[in-house]
Order: sequence, then C-alpha cells, then structure tokens
Amino acid sequence: MGTLTDPLDLLESESIYILREAYGRIAPLGMLWSLGKDSNVMVWLARKAFLGHVPFPVIHVDTGKKFPEMYAFRERYAKEWGLDLLTGECPPVDEMDPSLPPAARSAARKTAGLKTLIESYGFAGVIAGIRRDEEAVRAKERVFSPRGGDSRWNLRDQPPEFWDQFKTDFAPGTHIRVHPLLHWTEVDIWRYIRRENIPIVDLYYAKNGMRYRSLGDQDITHPVPSDAATIDDVIAELETTRTAERTGRAMDHEAEDVFERLRSSGYM
Amino acid sequence: MTDTHIAAAEGSLPIVIVGHVDHGKSTLIGRLLIDTGALPEGKLESVKAMARRRRMPFEWSFVMDAFQAERDQGITIDTTRIAFQSEQRRYVIIDAPGHKEFLKNMITGAASAEAALLVVDAEEGVQEQTRRHAYLLNLLGVDQVAVIVNKMDLIGHDQDRFRDIEQQIRTYLTEIGIAPSAVIPISARHGDMIAQRAQALDWFDGPTVLEALDGFEPRNATKAQQLRLPIQDVYKFDHRRLFAGRIESGRLTVGDTLTFAPDGKTGQVASIESWNTPAPQISAVAGQSVAITLRDDVFIERGALAHHQGTAPRTSNRLYVRLFWLGADALSVGETLRLKIGTNSREVQVQRIDRVIDVESLQGLESDQVPRNGVAEVELASRDPIAFDEYDKHPKTGRGVLIKDYDIVAGCIVLPGALGQNHASSATKNIFLTPNRVDGAVRAEKNGHRGGVIWLTGLSGAGKTTLAMALEAILFDQGYQVVVLDGDNLRHGLNGDLGFSAAERTENIRRTAEVARLFQDAGTIAIVSLISPTRDDRDKARDIVGPSFHEVHVHADLSVCEGRDPKGLYAKARSGALPNFTGVDAPYEAPTKPELHIDTGGETVDQSLQRLLTFVENNFSKSRTARRGAA
Repeated sequence: MGTLTDPLDLLESESIYILREAYGRIAPLGMLWSLGKDSNVMVWLARKAFLGHVPFPVIHVDTGKKFPEMYAFRERYAKEWGLDLLTGECPPVDEMDPSLPPAARSAARKTAGLKTLIESYGFAGVIAGIRRDEEAVRAKERVFSPRGGDSRWNLRDQPPEFWDQFKTDFAPGTHIRVHPLLHWTEVDIWRYIRRENIPIVDLYYAKNGMRYRSLGDQDITHPVPSDAATIDDVIAELETTRTAERTGRAMDHEAEDVFERLRSSGYM
Repeated sequence: MTDTHIAAAEGSLPIVIVGHVDHGKSTLIGRLLIDTGALPEGKLESVKAMARRRRMPFEWSFVMDAFQAERDQGITIDTTRIAFQSEQRRYVIIDAPGHKEFLKNMITGAASAEAALLVVDAEEGVQEQTRRHAYLLNLLGVDQVAVIVNKMDLIGHDQDRFRDIEQQIRTYLTEIGIAPSAVIPISARHGDMIAQRAQALDWFDGPTVLEALDGFEPRNATKAQQLRLPIQDVYKFDHRRLFAGRIESGRLTVGDTLTFAPDGKTGQVASIESWNTPAPQISAVAGQSVAITLRDDVFIERGALAHHQGTAPRTSNRLYVRLFWLGADALSVGETLRLKIGTNSREVQVQRIDRVIDVESLQGLESDQVPRNGVAEVELASRDPIAFDEYDKHPKTGRGVLIKDYDIVAGCIVLPGALGQNHASSATKNIFLTPNRVDGAVRAEKNGHRGGVIWLTGLSGAGKTTLAMALEAILFDQGYQVVVLDGDNLRHGLNGDLGFSAAERTENIRRTAEVARLFQDAGTIAIVSLISPTRDDRDKARDIVGPSFHEVHVHADLSVCEGRDPKGLYAKARSGALPNFTGVDAPYEAPTKPELHIDTGGETVDQSLQRLLTFVENNFSKSRTARRGAA
C-alpha cells in the first residue's frame, strides 16, 4: 500500500488541493501573475489542478518599470498557456504614503494598483504566490487570509487554520488572499521548475558573475553575485547559501518594520 | 542520481516548540539557529544592532521576533516558521505562542508538526499552559515529543530538582497517552545541551536537543489502508465530468467500483486524469490530489466520501466527539454549528455536553457549557446523515472543525462511542432530530441520577432475567427511575414479527437498543436482558445508546445453564425442535471488555445483586458522576 512520499509530489498535491478549494469557494477569483519564478510555478499548478485549464483570470499589476525581458515573457506565455490576462496600471509614486522610505514607497504603488484592479473587477479573492520562507512577516500568513474592506491584513487576529480546514466562509465585503505556495521553499520552487521544465525569465541565471534571485521593479531590485548559469547551478548554490533571497530587494532593508507596514496595508 | 536529488528526496521534518509563556521557547530556537549555522548572513548582526538602537539588552529570542508588536510586548503572537538542518536532515521549526490568549495560533502551528519539543522552565516547573499544550499535542495527533527543561543555570544545574520536574511531567504525559522520547536539561541562553554537551550538566547522559530531534521519525502519511476519497469538486471543462479530490488513505485503481457515502451511490472508475504527466495513470495513492471520471452517469456532489465496497465509513446523524473550543463565547447545549469533516459540511446541533475535561487534573466535569479554550466530549446531531470514521481508525476522515457564522470555532476528533445507527439506506435522511427542551442534565438533576442502559448479555439460563427483575425492584424502592426491557417480553409485542435467524436477531437487538435509548433520554435506567450473542450486534447497540451504555456479562458455564434450564429450552434444542439455539447450535461470543462481569455459577444471587447495586451507584448516581476521570 503506497502513500505519496516524494517531497515535490507532496508539495504539488497540497497546492492543487488549495487551488481547488479556492476555485470552489470564492467567486469571482483571480490569480496574481508577477511573471517571476514563483508565480509561473503557481500558474503551472493551476493547470495541474484544472487539467490544463486556468479557469480564472490572471492579473499582472504593471508598475511600468519591469525588465523588458519580463514583458516579452508575459506576451508569449499568456498566449501559449491560454491565459485570461488582466493588466492594471499603478498610480504615480508621489501619491504614496510619504512617511515610507523611498524604495518601499515605490513598492507601495503596486499595492495601490492592485487595490484599484480588485475594486474595478469586483474580485472576492486573489491567489498570490508568497512563501513562508521568503520573509519573516510572510511566515505568519495563513493559506486563506481574510482582509478587511480596505485590503488591510489584521495580523494580530488571524483565523485558526489546521488539518487543511481553511477558513472559506466570509462575511459579505471580506476580501480573501489565497496562498497556495506558502509551504514551499525557494529551493523547492527551483527543483519543481527543473522537474516540470517550467519556462522562466533568464534574468535568474548568472551573466558576468551576477544574477537576480528575486525579480521586482528595475529601479529597486539588484542582482547578487553568482556564477549560477544553469538551473542545476542555481539549485546547488541555494543548497549552500546563507544569503537571504530578498537581499536584492531594496525596500526590505530600509527599516526593520517596513515589510510589515507594507503587508498590513495590502502588499503581497 | 545526483546529490541534489538525494537532498530533494529527503524533505524536511516540521517540528513545533511549545510550552508555557516565558519558559524560553524563542531563546531555544534562536540558539538552535545559531548553533546549526542556519541564520542568513547578517541577520544576527542586524538584530543586535536593532537591540542597541532600542537600548535593550540583546536576547536570543529577538532573532525570531520579526514583529514590532512582539518585541514591544515580548510575546510571540503568531506562529513563525524557520528552517535549519542538522547533519542528519532538514527541519522546519514552528514557534507556537505560549500565551493563553493565542491558543488558536498555537493550534494552527502545532497541527502541522510531526514532532514537538515541550519547553519547561526549571525554576517554575510545569505550569498550566505546559499541560494544556501537551494535552492539545495529543489531541492534534502529534505523538513524538521530547521535553526540554530550560534555564538549568538558574537552579545551579541541580540534578535533584531536574529529576523532580522530570517526574512531574512524565506522570502527566503518561496519563494523557504521550511517551516522551527524552527529558533533557538545558540552558538555552548559554547554548548548553542544544548542539553541544555542557560541563555543568555532565551528570546527564541522555541526548542533546539536536540528537533528540534527529531521533524523531518522519510521520507515516497514514496507517489506514482503506480507501477514503472525499470529493472536493466536480468539473466539466469539456465533455468529461471530473470528480476531484485528495485521497486521504488507501489506493485507487482504474476499474475500481466506488461507493459514495452517505448516499450509497456507486460508480466504476473509468480514468484518472492528469496534466503534464509522463504516462496515463492507472492508480493513485494516499496524499495524491486526483481527478477521476466514472463509467456510469452518477450524480455526486462535493462532500461525498468515496470508498470501496465492504470497507465503508460510518454513516450516522449522531456523532460523539472530543473537541477543543476556540470560540470567544462559551459553547452551550442546543447551539447550532456547522461540522466540516473532509470536504463535507453539515449543520449540527449540540445535543449534549457529556463532560468538560479539566486539562490540569484531567477530571471530567459535568457542565452545560464549554468555556473558551476548553476541551469537552460532546454529542452532535444533524438533520442529514454524515459519513465519517472514528479518529483512531482513520485520522484524516475522523476529525474536523466546527464553524459558527463565518469562523472556525473548534476542532474535533470522532470518538469510538459515536452514536446513531449505521444506515446503508437513506430512510431517515429527511427526519431532523428536534432537541428536547428538557435535556438529560435537567432530568438527572431532578431524578438524582443519570439515565443510562445496563445491557445484560449471556446464555439462556445464566440468570439475566432473574437479576434484571430483582435489580429493578430494589432500585425502584430506592427512588430510581428504572425499567426492565426483557428480550422474551419484547418479542410478544414490538419484536413479535421477528424470528431467530442471524438477520432477525440483529434487528431484534437494534430495536431493543433504540427503545433503551429512548428510556435513557427520558432519564430512566433501562436494564436490558437479552442473550445478544454476537459482539458485532452488541457493539451496534453500544453505538446506538452512546457512552452511557454499560455492558454486563452474566456468565455461567453452558453445563450449569443447561442444568438449570428454567424454560426447558435446552432440552428442546437438543432434540432438534428449536434450531439456532445459542450455546447448542448457534455460537455465543463472550464480551472481551464488559464494564462488569458476573459469574452466577460461582456466587449467590444476593452477591451478584450487591455488585450490580454498587455498579449502579458508581455509574449513575448524581453524587458520584463528577468523579469520572478522563478517558
């Protein structure tokens, strides 16, 4: 009598279960597609869950400052994967909370753009590809995470979540974030990309001794020193590194509570 | 296979660290991370710099406390997860808050762990949350536990004091059914006995924390072998109708005939569908999220529980559960909630609160309310039958959550004493159980005793009816509400249409048990006198009646009974005039664990009666019931 034992199979199965719960319990539903490695894995898992289909729109909140490679990637795979792509623009930076440090203020544009998109399409919930191992505040998240009317996350009073019984009942007006990759780690993502042969932007691979470990806006994301030019190199590098994944994200390092402030107000 | 494949194949072991607030969980974790080289570069320095800026002395626990609010209050509010690795394997630590206010967060964290470290302060010893967390670990199914006695430096590394605490915690854990793999003295602040042994604790020859962790086993996905596939959703993206769900136990193969509980519809698996897999799947195993098609056109919805024929789950509209209550307000009898087991969700009503368990003393207390963060054993009733398993047999389909309005307010596991009949048919589907306004507690208060059932089983001539009638007379004189349901007497009326085939005997017992239950609900003690020869039938009677079913084996050797033969039945049976007579040409299966065993061959009627009276006094009398301890 067998049980599933391969860690990637277990991760995949758990994510499929979560995606099917979300699709069955929340409407209208959308999936955030940032074009990064995690959200490509997420779209892939949706196709696994729904047998080749992605039965809800994928949302790209466009800051207008992504790398050109990312826009090309979006156009190609939205078509190839048959995605119902929605894009939304972000307000200018001078409309953002002036008390935030500069890079965080820039990142806050994405939150504002997302809020507008959610309101205009009336999404009851969106699926986002965050992981617990990325950042300490994200570690506290729930798989099904309710937000108040203004997308605020009340991290002091989160619902209990155990035995894969997620909170799927909500008062009218509640907005839900669903996190099907919460239990994955960075190296899990890469191993799964390798196994499934999932396309990604090649900015993740080293050129001239530098590569991007995490992709955000051009002006607030920096490459890190690396010689990892292939997927096997990247996996080997991650198995030994002690550098944090978001090292290249400027806003994380401006003040110790900035990430918490961003997330409380609705940042992914 | 390359090295990276080997590493990937190992996965990581999720562990939870629990214990009373301020007993040093976060410090232990901070130290584990440092000693195993798990922290990202610069993390320790940035936390130290933060402490300097805030003019606070550096604490190891700051490493874990990512939230500003936590640093301000010095309490871990929510669970945090962080990875490290020993030379043996990878771990994910779940740091669960010790403060009582955050119990739902502790549960959220602990439920996903496969092993636990229970931290106890050497100065303060075992405290309320130490016990509550240990109790909940057991309830959540985390059975691999090591106990860490922290802050040994504060008690001068005193071996005797350590042994006292060890004894204290071991006694408690044994009572709730946890066998700790080790009890380890440490000083987290100084890193003693975490990754390295320490001079000051050289009298201790057990494992270090890291060695204890490496001794844990990855939890087997499931021990249950029988197929359980809760249907999560039904899709129709093209011409195919796909039934999606995750296999919780067992194996599914193309061509299998599935039965869908509780309705009992059946269908044959035509295919297991998948996308981007190398080859078509012909079978799938526990843990897999699948989508299947059926050969037959069957109407099935989310919530149905697929299984193989012959290995059905229980189906009933009554369940007996042990729950932990997380609701802000106390839970009361009569309250309506939604019970979710697997993907099935049904409205249920709290029929009865059997007992509230004091996790400190482990005593069961009578109460008509379950307080916030309380643990209790409760009977639930639903309008529609629910398919479920007993937790001990199928953990994943034997546990669930209770939902009130929009929120999860409790977790529960189904106990073997679950109530109600197994219906294969849906005959009672639309009959809702309306709760009585006068409930069992009120009746018990007025009568001075609980209702219940004393089920006398044994061979014909063993003395069941004699004892039943005598016991009834004495109890009646003492003021008890009591009645005898005698098998022979019932066959004159209620069961007059039944003969003595196996099926008819089963039905005879079912009806008698239902009647006994009605008497019990009316606050009466029903004394049943019935041969009831098979264990299976008696177990069904126990299921119908519930936890106040008391099986009494009235025993005398066959030769003794045959010698007595008060009704001349053995003589008839021996002559062949009475077929299927128990003990002669039909078997009698003696109870393996009766609540009381009476040997009428070896003691007088008065002696037997005296034992029955004491038994009633202990189990039903109001003045005694509060004594009942934890299961």
